[in-house]
Amino acid sequence: MSMEFTDQNFDQEVIRSEHPALVDFWAPWCGPCLAMSPIIDELAKDMNGGIKVGKLNVDENPQTAQKYGIMSIPAFKIFKNGQVIREFVGMQSIDALRKEINKII
Amino acid sequence: MEKMNNAYDLVIIGAGPAGLGASIYASRYKLKHLVIGNEIGGQVVEASEIENWAGEISIPGKTLMDKFHHHARHLGAKVIQADVSGVVKNADGFEISADSGKYSAKSVILALGMKPRKMNVPGEDKFLGKGVSYCATCDAMFFRNKKVAVVGGGDAAATAAIHLTEFAEKVYLLYRDSCDWEPSWGEQLKNNPKIEIIHCSGIAEILGDQKVSGLVYESSDGRHELDAQGVFIEVGTTPAAVIAQNLGVELDAQSYIVVNQAQETNVENVYAAGDATTGSNKFRQIITAVAEGAVAAGSVYRKLKLNR
Repeated sequence: MSMEFTDQNFDQEVIRSEHPALVDFWAPWCGPCLAMSPIIDELAKDMNGGIKVGKLNVDENPQTAQKYGIMSIPAFKIFKNGQVIREFVGMQSIDALRKEINKII
Repeated sequence: MEKMNNAYDLVIIGAGPAGLGASIYASRYKLKHLVIGNEIGGQVVEASEIENWAGEISIPGKTLMDKFHHHARHLGAKVIQADVSGVVKNADGFEISADSGKYSAKSVILALGMKPRKMNVPGEDKFLGKGVSYCATCDAMFFRNKKVAVVGGGDAAATAAIHLTEFAEKVYLLYRDSCDWEPSWGEQLKNNPKIEIIHCSGIAEILGDQKVSGLVYESSDGRHELDAQGVFIEVGTTPAAVIAQNLGVELDAQSYIVVNQAQETNVENVYAAGDATTGSNKFRQIITAVAEGAVAAGSVYRKLKLNR
């Protein structure tokens, strides 16, 4: 299963994380986000530790969503050393995400 | 990963209303089949409310498609979420390549659906995710108390505008040529004080620095600038027919898959159903997509099991 990132744990789990992290910004009313959910879970299982993979519910965690200027979901950002190094908007295939992750780990 | 020995009577490509509708009939015909789609539920999952599906007065698109998905699986169908990269005809039938593996099938139903059309104006790509959106139900809440513009003249544009009024302080609805939304949406648009309908001759540019700040449109009396923090593009869709084209399936001038009344294409054992076909007078409704899926599954059954 993927991790759950929140306003409270974002700094600890993503910004100051030793490993890179892929964050899926989502909300329960967003159909494409829900369709992406099992893909993110599968990716988390696949990646087996090289990168943290998790979801952030933008409705429950507005501070982080606002800080990163989220205006369209699903949105995916890959963080490394506290910085956003890759970002995508909209539905993505698991292969496309895997390729992007493999470029940086 | 799935193994190559996954041999099916039928692989249905697409998991929207047409694909899941076909699956329900395929299960009842006892066809060994698989549904592969990159978005379970298809475009419908983005619709806030569906008000023309018989038996449901008003239902969120995602909820309706969850019911379809549940129904298909309940009957025993395997539904896989994956991108299909290609379908190749071989001696035994077809080989389908997807993210999740390779599959072989005696017949294929293409239920590929539509993809959003772009406007191709300056600023559209640059501000994607920074104020430009193709999904009002996904992104409306980011525009609370802001001004937004919706571009388009069909049902999708009308419902997007209506949905956005729940959050935005002002919604401009710009259409070119003509508007052909259902009259019942037209009434809701007219009665909503937050909505201003603008008839224009085209969108010239989406403005902004880091994110969207406005939009320039043209009309008979010149160029006009609107102040808006969001631009929702609902200018229609085009058939997602690449897989069909590579298989040698005939498309019409607008890239719709040409089918006959049995939902057969020009390639033997390849059928097509739903919005991407020339069927149902191109009405492109959930009810017609499901019906085409059912007809296609029936045709597969007659061909494979009854030899006619």
